[in-house]
Amino acid sequence: MSRIDKTFAKLKQHNRKALIPFITAGDPSPELTVPLLHALVEAGADVLELGVPFSDPMADGPTIQRASERALKLGVSLRSVLSMVAEFRKQDATTPVVLMGYGNPIEAMGWAAFAQRCAEVGVDGVLTVDFPPEESHDAFEYLQRHHIAPIFLLAPTTNETRIQQVAKLARGYVYYVSLKGVTGSGSIDLSAIEDKMPQLRKHIALPIGVGFGIRDAVTAKAVAKLCDGVVVGSRIVQEIEDSTAQNVLENVSRLVKELRQAI
Amino acid sequence: MSYNYPDLTGHFGQFGGTYMAETLIPAVEELAAQYLRYQNDAEFKAELAYELKHYVGRPSPIYHAKRLSEHLGGAQIYLKREDLNHTGAHKINSAMGQALLAKRMGKKRVIAETGAGMHGVATATVAARFGMECIVYMGAEDIQRQAPNVFRMKLLGATVVPVESGSKTLKDACNEAIRDWVTNVESTFYIFGTAAGPHPYPMMVRDFQCVIGNEARVQMPEMIGRQPDAVIACVGGGSNAIGLFHPYIEVPDVQIIGVEAGGHGIASGQHAAPLTANAKVGVLHGNKVYLMQDENGQIIETHSVSAGLDYPGVGPEHCLLKDIGRAQYVAIDDDEAIAAFDALCRFEGIIPALESSHALAHAIKIAPCMGKDKVLLVNLSGRGDKDMNTVARIKGITL
Repeated sequence: MSRIDKTFAKLKQHNRKALIPFITAGDPSPELTVPLLHALVEAGADVLELGVPFSDPMADGPTIQRASERALKLGVSLRSVLSMVAEFRKQDATTPVVLMGYGNPIEAMGWAAFAQRCAEVGVDGVLTVDFPPEESHDAFEYLQRHHIAPIFLLAPTTNETRIQQVAKLARGYVYYVSLKGVTGSGSIDLSAIEDKMPQLRKHIALPIGVGFGIRDAVTAKAVAKLCDGVVVGSRIVQEIEDSTAQNVLENVSRLVKELRQAI
Repeated sequence: MSYNYPDLTGHFGQFGGTYMAETLIPAVEELAAQYLRYQNDAEFKAELAYELKHYVGRPSPIYHAKRLSEHLGGAQIYLKREDLNHTGAHKINSAMGQALLAKRMGKKRVIAETGAGMHGVATATVAARFGMECIVYMGAEDIQRQAPNVFRMKLLGATVVPVESGSKTLKDACNEAIRDWVTNVESTFYIFGTAAGPHPYPMMVRDFQCVIGNEARVQMPEMIGRQPDAVIACVGGGSNAIGLFHPYIEVPDVQIIGVEAGGHGIASGQHAAPLTANAKVGVLHGNKVYLMQDENGQIIETHSVSAGLDYPGVGPEHCLLKDIGRAQYVAIDDDEAIAAFDALCRFEGIIPALESSHALAHAIKIAPCMGKDKVLLVNLSGRGDKDMNTVARIKGITL
């Protein structure tokens, strides 16, 4: 059983929902990424989404764009992100880590080499925002070979046929994008999520995480009631941006604890 | 014959495809379905033909640049005058087609990215023509370089949004337009400027631009009794080029030459010539293409004197044409393009766009080595009025 499957099984046993925070690797500095990951886990994170910075983050709003730019300026690359995961794994053998980003850095490394390296360092899942199922054949094959879960996005605009298609390929969990927009934008429409869930559940046996637009404990709590996990990205990245190197661990930890308590 | 691309899933060999975030996949699928429905629809075709004739001013003439050719002493240079279209460039051909499709799809809001501003102007124009709301995303640096076009778009009622992220040029404008689309996907039609992006855009934009090559195939025999020896066009994303090239792919003995922006020279690394510089295959803006990137797969900043060519990728069909050897791709640097710009002004009384000046510069380079009976057809894709500020600055003149 994979780390992701184990984690969700255990949460289900205890009737708990997963808290899935997102940070951009290398932001605010490469040295702080691994300590931040540990702080997230300590504060109650169940699954970690680690953003791989990309020069052209088309699906991201300004907050995560700026985080990517900061990380890239500090020379962070896909290779260094993988090393960060290796470093994290030295002290944490159980918390699942999902890499989230865009396809081109992986294309540049080559899917075969990337999947192998993921397995070596202890990456559990990979979400490539701009690689939908129909363009993911190679990716899927290599990830499967190394037992890395391909994580797919579903959106309010996704129709039933595509939900079925994703259901066949997805492993780990499925990430439902709760609004039409980029990360960190808009406000969430709870009733729209509630309406969509039965259609998703009909085809998807995997846990469903919901993200995009979750900014506070109250929203997180309300969303958690509707699904199996809550993804919080821009709000945490914003906290990192607003903090100093001295208080960033403390601030992020406080925020994540609030979210954990709420859900 | 055998050339028939893209396949049903939008692939040109290994290139193209639909590399988009999930939220937009249903939108591009719907667009592909609607385009397939209307592309051979008699009423749609008739309306497009009417607009192209009476509003755009087509067919655009072909002009024999005799004084320039005589001066060079070799091959005869002919110009396909896309600069004479309404709005002053080829961009209107595709903007018009897409606007008519948007109208049929019931979309009241259109968005566009623009580099040099010509596609933004074309989109603002058709939006005004059909009463649609229009938002144009433009890199902050390009807004500086192309101020007259920004004013034109505003006069036409469009909102021009400056893009401050990344290199503040065309690719960043494209990122921002995609972000708008993902947010307003149900109300909005994205009028894409070039023959790139997710399927069906590379095919659809090409088809709308093929009016250029289709006209030329009729006009050249009328003028000289045969087809040209070579067709030449500048390539940024490559929409004017594919529009001229595609109808010639299966015409034997016509050489096809795409001219990329060499910037400060290929060796300098500061250019926008992924095909000439043998860039690696990558994925950006919805399609797999040859792409200027570093060893970590990050997109690198490009340079060209021409904002319209200042883009790190290139349309997927050009990538395929390069690989199968049907087209040849070369680069012209900033200085050569400016020299060609000057030459056309002085010898022919035509002020070309800096983009088109790249294509012309290559013709000027090769014509002297060819016989006087040889014929080069250059796509003069746009007029240069928009480039007055840039050219004046390069010449050290304050306007």
